[in-house]
Amino acid sequence: MLNYIWLGMMAIAVVVGAINGKLPEVTKAAFDYAKTSVDIALGLIGIMALWLGIMKIADEAGLVRILARLIRPISKRLFPDIPSEHPAIGAMVLNIAANWLGLSNAATPFGLKAMEELQKLNKHKDTASNAMATFLALNTGSITLIPATIIGVRVSLNSSNPAEIIGTTIFASTCATIFAVTGTKLLQRLPAFRLPDDTESTTKDGEDA
Amino acid sequence: MLVIFEKIVTIISVWAIPVLLFVIPVLAFIRKVKVYEVFIDGAKEGFEVAVKIIPYLVAILVAIGMLRASGAIDIFVKLLSPLTNLIGLPAEALPAALMRPLSGSGTLGIATELMVAHGPDSFIGKLVSTFYGSTETTFYVVAVYFGAVGVRKTRHAVPGGLIGDLAGLLAALFICRLMFA
Repeated sequence: MLNYIWLGMMAIAVVVGAINGKLPEVTKAAFDYAKTSVDIALGLIGIMALWLGIMKIADEAGLVRILARLIRPISKRLFPDIPSEHPAIGAMVLNIAANWLGLSNAATPFGLKAMEELQKLNKHKDTASNAMATFLALNTGSITLIPATIIGVRVSLNSSNPAEIIGTTIFASTCATIFAVTGTKLLQRLPAFRLPDDTESTTKDGEDA
Repeated sequence: MLVIFEKIVTIISVWAIPVLLFVIPVLAFIRKVKVYEVFIDGAKEGFEVAVKIIPYLVAILVAIGMLRASGAIDIFVKLLSPLTNLIGLPAEALPAALMRPLSGSGTLGIATELMVAHGPDSFIGKLVSTFYGSTETTFYVVAVYFGAVGVRKTRHAVPGGLIGDLAGLLAALFICRLMFA
């Protein structure tokens, strides 16, 4: 999937850039964004170290397992392949809670920790597991309780009611999350996205890939 | 009611991290965990994870940056405008919607420009504000999360995320038309 999307984006950018006479800008963007990528990654190191350290403490103390147990009724449905007391569940809960509260500095490290734990259970190391895709859907949809950044912009532009968009944002982002998760769960059954040895869904649907 | 809700969530956001940084080490210490040693042990992985995502980030962000710089988004807006008129999405707001899965800062930039032009309390201003918070940046999340564990075959993760983005866009339009139009 990403093969086509990535190629499409690069090819369209160059062709449209040439037609629009914007090739110098396209070149500049390529170099600028390459540099930005490294800045983002390096900027993550400290914050990653902090949260991974705290996560490890929580893990050793058994707190992540307690958290996982609390969320079990939900996690069992969303992630049927993941044992309900697996550390992945705890990390995912922390990631999603941080996302909902808009604490993106904490959300990414928890999310990456969760991916690492999910990867331990993944049979095909270069291929996304169903649990990973569902987790990604929870993240890309991501309910936003307080869109702090955009409220800040609205304040600076002298909005008479900067926070007015909180309700609409909660509604829209909740819909996005529900559809992303439902869509992902449905798509995982399609032959095109099926795992090589996904016997569970083949027997359930009574058909072969 | 909105004000009370906002206060509560703001208080939680302010307190959440300090409380976590306090409660976790203290509870662990009570449970006889060697907190300092364990912290160092966990923190060591930070560098590795951050460096691992660089190639994935470069691939995605460069492609998105080039696409933005080429002016291709404007062409998509023109192509899609008959469709968006049909569902009552103002043509001016469409670039913000198209940018949302690609770039958070790009969406913020477009939304800010639109609010300067139309006013933050205009329908378009409120609509693009809602767009901004309606979803996360799908391609960024996919690149970083899968990059960190070296997954290259993303299967249905991208289409699933894009379904969410489309749902977020339509839901934002629906609720804003209901409440603000």
